[in-house]
Amino acid sequence: MKEYNKLIFEISKEGRKAYSLPSCDVPERSIKELIPEELLSKKEPELPEVSEVDVVRHFTLLSNKNYGVDTGFYPLGSCTMKYNPKINEDIASKAEFLNLHPYQAEETVQGALRLMYELSEKLAEVTGLANVSLQPAAGAHGELSGLMVIKAYHEKRGDLKRTKIIVPDSAHGTNPASASVAGFDIVEIKSDEKGAVDIENLKAVLSDEVAGLMLTNPSTLGLFEKNIVEISKLVHETGGLVYYDGANMNAIMGKARPGDMGFDVCHINLHKTFSTPHGGGGPGSGPIGVRKDLIEFLPKPVVVKSDEKYYLDYDRPYSIGKVKSFYGNFGVLVKAFSYILTMGAEGLKEASEIAVLNANYIKVKLKEYYKLPIDDICKHEVVLDGLKDDENHITTLDVAKRLLDYGYHPPTIYFPLIIHEALMIEPTETEKLETLDEFINAMIKIAEEAKENPELVKSAPHSTYIKRLDEVKAARTPVVKWSK
Amino acid sequence: MNPYLPITAEDKDIMLKAIGVNSVDDLFEDIPKEVRLGRSLNINNGMSELEVEAYIKKITNLNKSCDDLVCFLGAGAYDHYIPSIIKHLVSRSEFYTAYTPYQAEISQGTLQAIFEYQTMIANLTGMDVANASMYDGATACAEAAQMAVDITRRKSIIISKTVHPETRKVLETYSRFKKLNLIEIDEADGVTYIDKLKVELNKDIAAVIIQTPNFFGIIEELSEVEKLVHQNKSLLIVACDPISLGILKSPGEYGADIVVGEGQSLGNNLNYGGPYLGFLATTNKNLRKMPGRIVGETIDTEGKRGFVLTLQAREQHIRREKASSNICSNQGLNALISLIYLTTLGKKGIKEVAEQSLQKAHYAFNELTKSGKYKAAFTKPFFKEFVVTSSNSVEDVNKVLLQNKILGGYDIGKEYPLYKNSMLICVTEKRTKDEIDKLAGVLEGIK
Repeated sequence: MKEYNKLIFEISKEGRKAYSLPSCDVPERSIKELIPEELLSKKEPELPEVSEVDVVRHFTLLSNKNYGVDTGFYPLGSCTMKYNPKINEDIASKAEFLNLHPYQAEETVQGALRLMYELSEKLAEVTGLANVSLQPAAGAHGELSGLMVIKAYHEKRGDLKRTKIIVPDSAHGTNPASASVAGFDIVEIKSDEKGAVDIENLKAVLSDEVAGLMLTNPSTLGLFEKNIVEISKLVHETGGLVYYDGANMNAIMGKARPGDMGFDVCHINLHKTFSTPHGGGGPGSGPIGVRKDLIEFLPKPVVVKSDEKYYLDYDRPYSIGKVKSFYGNFGVLVKAFSYILTMGAEGLKEASEIAVLNANYIKVKLKEYYKLPIDDICKHEVVLDGLKDDENHITTLDVAKRLLDYGYHPPTIYFPLIIHEALMIEPTETEKLETLDEFINAMIKIAEEAKENPELVKSAPHSTYIKRLDEVKAARTPVVKWSK
Repeated sequence: MNPYLPITAEDKDIMLKAIGVNSVDDLFEDIPKEVRLGRSLNINNGMSELEVEAYIKKITNLNKSCDDLVCFLGAGAYDHYIPSIIKHLVSRSEFYTAYTPYQAEISQGTLQAIFEYQTMIANLTGMDVANASMYDGATACAEAAQMAVDITRRKSIIISKTVHPETRKVLETYSRFKKLNLIEIDEADGVTYIDKLKVELNKDIAAVIIQTPNFFGIIEELSEVEKLVHQNKSLLIVACDPISLGILKSPGEYGADIVVGEGQSLGNNLNYGGPYLGFLATTNKNLRKMPGRIVGETIDTEGKRGFVLTLQAREQHIRREKASSNICSNQGLNALISLIYLTTLGKKGIKEVAEQSLQKAHYAFNELTKSGKYKAAFTKPFFKEFVVTSSNSVEDVNKVLLQNKILGGYDIGKEYPLYKNSMLICVTEKRTKDEIDKLAGVLEGIK
């Protein structure tokens, strides 16, 4: 295929157009008569002039330079890049959803409200919590909202000295960042040699100044926190709450629930566990679930049901308030709802079982060639620590780039931070055994190349349209906008 | 067998043997017994596609959409025309099933699209740089406020009461938890009351937030505000409707420091309030203080032009608790939609959409206020929305309109008690003269 390397601005030509509008059918007046001249722009905005064919070709050719789940295996750890069933896209594209205005009268949007109500109920059951707000727009936004709930809870009790949130050093970067945006001070605790919460370290920082602990379970190393019951108990005994980062929920659906483990607040990434596509960076959706006595703090409005009718309830005096315009990323909620309908209780459980089976299979097959920092049963993802034999100084970055030549999206690299050369592999449940075997073979082949032909690996990728990019140049002399 | 779970019973045996366990349950032995669920989830059973369609049909039947009704409702979410090609291009699964473009070599499609989006948003707002999108207009504004606090090291924010109530409420939530002091400035005749602003300006004010066209549809005069704000060494944050920039002077031309807004009107469906996108643009000076993702141009090892996520040292991955924003996933696909929309319309098209909306809104205004039954609430120049007041409650008026398959305006009195029985009416380029005449006729007929 011919190489395409043009920006849309570079194919613009004066006089071309790609849109059509009906002619204005009301009597037109001079614009200056309607708006004082000093408020009007003197020039046209700098936008391209192209034909409809230009637009279609341009974006089609750009899409060819992308790699999605539909293109191939995408074992990006922590991101749960499972297949996104097409029926969910069709359901979300129904005109009765797409063309609903957020301020329509409740009687005209009963379907939308019912869907949100039923989705909340289902998510509450999956998480084992009492109620779920669908308002947060993404995982990090859910974290922020959940932490606000924790703060509001302590404040209502008049317990104002709880200014600290405990975050393990293995946590996602969003955890401490969200805690900071919610106005907390962060206390980081070192994990034990298995990447789990170190009980002694936890005890040492627990006090009446601690508002809560944020935890991902299974952890970012893909391992279940075996001491979770004790951890929750310790935090609760000192008056704090326990927050569940739902990024790794795909490991435990129908097997165990955050609410039963003692978590008080949790967020769920619908764009991970519940299969809504990630869109090249969003939109996501990060609903939060809470235990019963925290419901009053959830963002408003809350969808409520009475006499078989659904309402938006704004009368919530203890609510943290609004965290987003309107009610959430509704279109994403519709896709997740459709996904849950197709999967059902058994399907969700099986999804988690196979996700875990696939990860353990990859782990067993690769541990001979790659360092396995903790050799234990893993959950839905396995974290490796670079090549076992690294005498040629082949890094995790090199391995990742070489995987591109084999046609795979690389795993998450250099995270969690506590594993120096981390390669975090999350196969998900939607991949077949043949795909796993082919990927495993590619990884083994790269390990061999690293010994026999290190240059080949160090200079990878070779087959992609673009080679390794100069990131330092991009950051030092930023060009973030096209100009003539 | 579930169509999305391709591991067969035979595969399972092979895999379990390789792992060295007897059953899948053995892989869950690490979960302490007392927290295992031990029962089925109490939700629905799995459904076939046909069954899902049937179930959803029952739900969609309960909705009346803007396909069934003629929409004169705006107030921050707008029924503009969405060109046909948009759905075809954003349905390309190479775009929508990709993750955030962390691996640049196989993500040039997304990365270049974001670069083009950043360019168009910067050009439209008259600013130097824009980020890759925020959750929505309201959170973009809250992030801009925090950004101003970081830049000025001051702790108070002034916001005009003519800014969208949803935006003010979200800002209120964020401010309360960050312990920022939020000051609201009253309006007079539908615009920011400058004399009150003067009184509140002092050396603790990080930024002043003004929206134009404001929540009442009125175009705010920014020249004087800009002078006052900058004399006070505060930042000027302007929230705007991007469609209006087809004809109105851009915030950049007024000297705004940060420009934010709701990008829904750029080709995104109403979708019952989301997903939309927030945009955020600023000056070169503040580039490194801007939250969210940014794509930059660079070269590869062979000297070829390419694009990467850049300035990531600002972000939560690296700065963790020191990051001033926690945003990670944004609204990437909505930014792509907006990019394709702006590309399709181009410099002439966005002007035409803005002009037609303006003309039709003014025609509607004249028709509605002709008899004197509905009075103009304000006298100031407006763009595509205006407020009229009558002796009937907006709820009652809207009920009659709904019977006539018209989606009436927003009840201003809900958020502004001063303006009882006042309705904010929106007219986009999609509305025809006949539809406007019908609206006027039905309104006139209400006793």
